[in-house]
Amino acid sequence: MSIFIDNATTLLVQGITGRDGGFHTRQMIEYGTKVVGGVTPGKGGQKFDETVPVFNTVHEAVKATGANTTVIYVPPMFAADAMMEAADAGIKFIVCITEGVPVLDMTRVYPFVKEKGARLLGPNCPGLITPGQSKVGIIPGRICTPGNIGVVSRSGTLTYEVVYQLTRAGMGQSTCVGIGGDPINGTNFIDCLEAFEKDPHTKAVAMMGEIGGTDEQEAAEFVAKHMTKPVVGFIAGQTAPPGRRMGHAGAIISGSAGTAAEKLESFEKAGMGIARRPIDFVAELKARM
Amino acid sequence: MNIHEYQAKDILRAEGVPIPAGEVATTPEQAEAIATRIGGMVVVKAQVHTGGRGKAGGVKLAKSPSEAREIASRILGMTINGLTVYKVLVTAAADIASEAYVGIILDRATRKPVFMVSPAGGIDIEEVAAKTPEKILKLPIDTRYGLQPYQASELGFFLFDDVKKVRAASKIMMSLYQAFMKSDASLAEINPLVVTPSGEVLALDAKISVDDNALDRHPDLAALRDETAEEPSEVDARNSNLTFIKLDGNVGCVVNGAGLAMATMDLVKYYGGEPANFLDIGGSSNPEKVVKAPRIITGDSSVKVILFNIFGGITRTDDVANGIVTATKANPLKIPIVIRLTGTNEEIAMKILTDNGFSASSDMDEAVQKAVALAKGGKAA
Repeated sequence: MSIFIDNATTLLVQGITGRDGGFHTRQMIEYGTKVVGGVTPGKGGQKFDETVPVFNTVHEAVKATGANTTVIYVPPMFAADAMMEAADAGIKFIVCITEGVPVLDMTRVYPFVKEKGARLLGPNCPGLITPGQSKVGIIPGRICTPGNIGVVSRSGTLTYEVVYQLTRAGMGQSTCVGIGGDPINGTNFIDCLEAFEKDPHTKAVAMMGEIGGTDEQEAAEFVAKHMTKPVVGFIAGQTAPPGRRMGHAGAIISGSAGTAAEKLESFEKAGMGIARRPIDFVAELKARM
Repeated sequence: MNIHEYQAKDILRAEGVPIPAGEVATTPEQAEAIATRIGGMVVVKAQVHTGGRGKAGGVKLAKSPSEAREIASRILGMTINGLTVYKVLVTAAADIASEAYVGIILDRATRKPVFMVSPAGGIDIEEVAAKTPEKILKLPIDTRYGLQPYQASELGFFLFDDVKKVRAASKIMMSLYQAFMKSDASLAEINPLVVTPSGEVLALDAKISVDDNALDRHPDLAALRDETAEEPSEVDARNSNLTFIKLDGNVGCVVNGAGLAMATMDLVKYYGGEPANFLDIGGSSNPEKVVKAPRIITGDSSVKVILFNIFGGITRTDDVANGIVTATKANPLKIPIVIRLTGTNEEIAMKILTDNGFSASSDMDEAVQKAVALAKGGKAA
């Protein structure tokens, strides 16, 4: 078992003919992901690597392939349109890897996608992987191994770091999800915690947050109220200097400075384990399982 | 990207927000000339990208053009929160009967821009928000429809009782929202929004932060960037598309991804070292960035070692390895380099490094401990 993706995932790649899109499509296919089609406007009818059919539009691709998931590698100024096109074509799980999407674009995309009944992961995220079954995005497959730890993180490479340490310690993962670090993203910590709590195969969760905002504090509250499974948390940025702040609005809206100390305190209050270093996840998770 | 108060005011004025006349000066003489043109009392305000200017003495009232010159000569060159003042705004002074707060910020929780208004504006607004939250009205806006007139009116009625002032404030709300959307802003704030004894509603201060991700489609806003208002090494890094923040330590860090970069700095500290910087080479595989990173870091003479921590995903580690080789061939390093590298194309990367006389580790804790030891003048383990 797993969350969001598994053996039944059939994937489209939007931007399959680009440098990053092409490279990571090959990596996903090599990992065993069922990539059923790609979309690049103007290149419809071609075949990517002589095997994967390319379509001009997502509607066309869905009709021909029946894909249930899409991953987006298009340039930032076109990403909002790509996400909306996917939702409009009836795709229920949309993963956007693209970094640098203007935030105001996301204020239109998010409600649109939600009204279409789809889930969006990202943008500016590494995607997700259910080890041994399917990978969607850019998380290196060889650092993962199947198991029962759920992993969720705001960062890309920090996710890899922790997964790598878990795998080296023989602790496999059910699903690893990178939710992305943008101010407005489709899936947040709580969505993932909720899914891991419901997934019978996940026995414990590793969660990596960062300084700034209040997402981690809200996640800790969710853990205290709704999680029966143990959760261990980490906050990156304990030594980051306080930024020069412009305006008062940030502090008014969140009622918080979003410091590492504040977040770690909320973890402690929620009865979560705390990893001071990435390597500490191993011992903290073992002690609670 | 932050822009100056005078630039934010230009944007708001263009949208129809009433703002007292003002111009920017870089010399005391210019300040005097502007004060003469405006006539009457003026306020001389430091233009720096930080809050707390008033409390630091960077905002002063002048009764005459000669006093404006004298005050400008004191404020120009002053340091506020580590930033030097190169420009002052000289603006007509307004009589103040009351101060309100109006702001729009992109809110993570509602995933919308949220209007926040309070009749208790001014420099203590954060305390007002913390102690008396009922004095703040928060209103999320669906950008697909925009700010509706009834919403602008609701915001106005929260600030004032008098219908004339409510109408004036509502009009300002509509203008502020237009400015926020047109500039792809992440923050737009008027604090204070004042009422004069004669009942006029005026914006006396303005702040706008533009979303960096949107600058590509706003060349006019990108041109407002004031590089003199930033740390030179940070400007250099940004021009190479790197995110760099200078710190006081001596372990230079080059990392891919902000989360891992912060975790690396934390680990340097954990093992008793002091990070010299935050440097994120970003998510793509551009060897150019890797070539520039060591140059930016070694620009700080206190750096004793460079630590690379690269975990390849979309970043291909072979690109990074090639970048390291190119950079060190072009400019041989005078300080030791510690490389940790794993992930996408790791085997190819390791071969490139070994063929060029470098050694690399795949373990983060090991590499950080080695870098900390080298920075302390010890030998690498």
